[in-house]
Amino acid sequence: MEVESLQVVSDKDDDKVTVLLSGDLTDNFSVPSKYIFESLKGKNQLILKNNGITNWSQQSVITLYAHLKYLSEHIDVKLQDLPEGMARLLLLALQVPSKKSESQQSEENFLERLGTKGIFIFQRFKYGSVFFKQIFASWWHQLTGQAVYRKKDFWLALEDCGPRAIGIVSLISFLVGLILAFVGALQLKTFGAQIYVANLVTIGMMRIMGAIMTGIIMAGRTGASYAATIGTMQVNEELDALQTMGIAKHDFLVLPRMNSILLSMPILVLISDLMGIFGGGCICVFLWDIPLGEYIRYATSAFSLDNFLVGIFHGVVFGFIIAACGCYFGINCGRNADSVGKATTNSVVFAIVWMIIVTGIITLICEGLGI
Amino acid sequence: MTENSPIISVQNLSIGYEDNAIMEKLSFEIEKGDIFIIMGGSGCGKSTLLRTMTGLLPAIEGKVLIDGVDVVTASEEEKKNLTMQYGILYQSGALFSSMSLFENVALPLQQYTSYTAKEIQKIVEFKLALVGLAGFEKFYPSELSGGMKKRAGLARALALDPKIVYFDEPSAGLDPVSSKRLDDLILEINKSLGTTIIVVTHELPSIFAIGKNSIFLDNTIKTFSAKGNPKELLKNPPNERVLAFLTRGVLNETRTK
Repeated sequence: MEVESLQVVSDKDDDKVTVLLSGDLTDNFSVPSKYIFESLKGKNQLILKNNGITNWSQQSVITLYAHLKYLSEHIDVKLQDLPEGMARLLLLALQVPSKKSESQQSEENFLERLGTKGIFIFQRFKYGSVFFKQIFASWWHQLTGQAVYRKKDFWLALEDCGPRAIGIVSLISFLVGLILAFVGALQLKTFGAQIYVANLVTIGMMRIMGAIMTGIIMAGRTGASYAATIGTMQVNEELDALQTMGIAKHDFLVLPRMNSILLSMPILVLISDLMGIFGGGCICVFLWDIPLGEYIRYATSAFSLDNFLVGIFHGVVFGFIIAACGCYFGINCGRNADSVGKATTNSVVFAIVWMIIVTGIITLICEGLGI
Repeated sequence: MTENSPIISVQNLSIGYEDNAIMEKLSFEIEKGDIFIIMGGSGCGKSTLLRTMTGLLPAIEGKVLIDGVDVVTASEEEKKNLTMQYGILYQSGALFSSMSLFENVALPLQQYTSYTAKEIQKIVEFKLALVGLAGFEKFYPSELSGGMKKRAGLARALALDPKIVYFDEPSAGLDPVSSKRLDDLILEINKSLGTTIIVVTHELPSIFAIGKNSIFLDNTIKTFSAKGNPKELLKNPPNERVLAFLTRGVLNETRTK
């Protein structure tokens, strides 16, 4: 058979097939795969022979290699009199057998994939629960004076998630209070009950919004920072160094971070509450012409210690979730830059998801307790 | 214990991740005061073997005995004692980036000894001077070059005067001069302190410069295929893969003719 510059020569009595290449191989060069494969049935050797090649390019070598890499795994391939550069390139490419990918070696069916995924999720829960246990063990070590960690790390972490976070928490909470008051007043106006916007903002911020907004900001700011810092330590083998020094990484890394965020969250939530109520007040006074004194009177009357404490409790729980997610994903980070990115993303996503789930649970419990 | 008695005994050790063995049934001994090279091509399992020998990775099966205590099955208390017997210089130096060099080197001393702050300061200054970093106590890792980081990491590994120091690819990423300087330092520490040195590397100049004994990990047979002095192995290579490795040769695996 002849296809432009390629000719296949096969002798019935011989165990080899010769492919003759000729002419200009740069001009739409192609290989009649099906015909060559059929010709090779029962043969042991393929000879690729120069029969007057006038021109060739890397593209023609790529086309030949695509076939030869497969054929060379099954039969003997010989290159005969090919142009030097072409032969060199082909030999170089065929030198090492191509590695079979996992999917080629074993194709998993749906049930196997489901099972693998199930085992993966189960293992994640297992690792998570072990990590949870280790946090409490670290607290126990701290109480009994066995924990090894640097006090300096605690103060640095406290500074980072306390005073340094006040600005962004205040700004966002102020804006949330502003929006809450604006949207709430729009609806309440239709009933002539605009003044109750003070109650709406106060109860909303105190009970949950202050804690949620602080939680989300801190998850993106501090939780992500924990995951990135500890993840980078993993990449730099610093966690290995700690382990081989016999220092418990949970005590050394998690304790200062966890303790500092647990201490700072209630204060940040309180600041968030106040800034939200202040933001609501600004809208009421400057946009809806409600006297400041009236706003303060209604806001004070709406204040309830239960709501305030529930909000603070949310804050403490969110702090635990943020630090736990940040440290967990940091410690379990892979050993490359990409893994640090994934750990950071996961810490924020999981912290926010768990905060919402826990909020639902706390709300149900409070409902049951009549709080 | 005599000078030539084994300080580390690896027995039927299979290493890998979960149940996927990279190396199987490794058995060898490392003598006290030796400079033992674990060599082999990239991805053959050198670092995995080192991580298993230091207890960072669980072994699939087998034992790693340091002075008769099995690292693989050691209890927490035994691990703590073992930790004091060896130091590790990691590929990147693994210095704690938030701490100064002084704090890095002082950490194991604060953790394991009852030295006073003044004594610790003297020890740290001496260890840093040993590795040529006298006066760098207040520097942070980010202010150091790659070679200096490794030397600082070595000072930390030497802080507790360990019997054994493991080196994971000490020459990786270093220029030839810094690499040679680190090799000289390894030889000096071995000679002057009598420390047993175990080096994981594939850098031929380092292997020939410092290696007294070695094993060649061969991933085609999942175990080591050569053991002995690297220079002797070069003279009498037991197989073509060892020869190819030690001479930077290329194996003829071509299937085309």
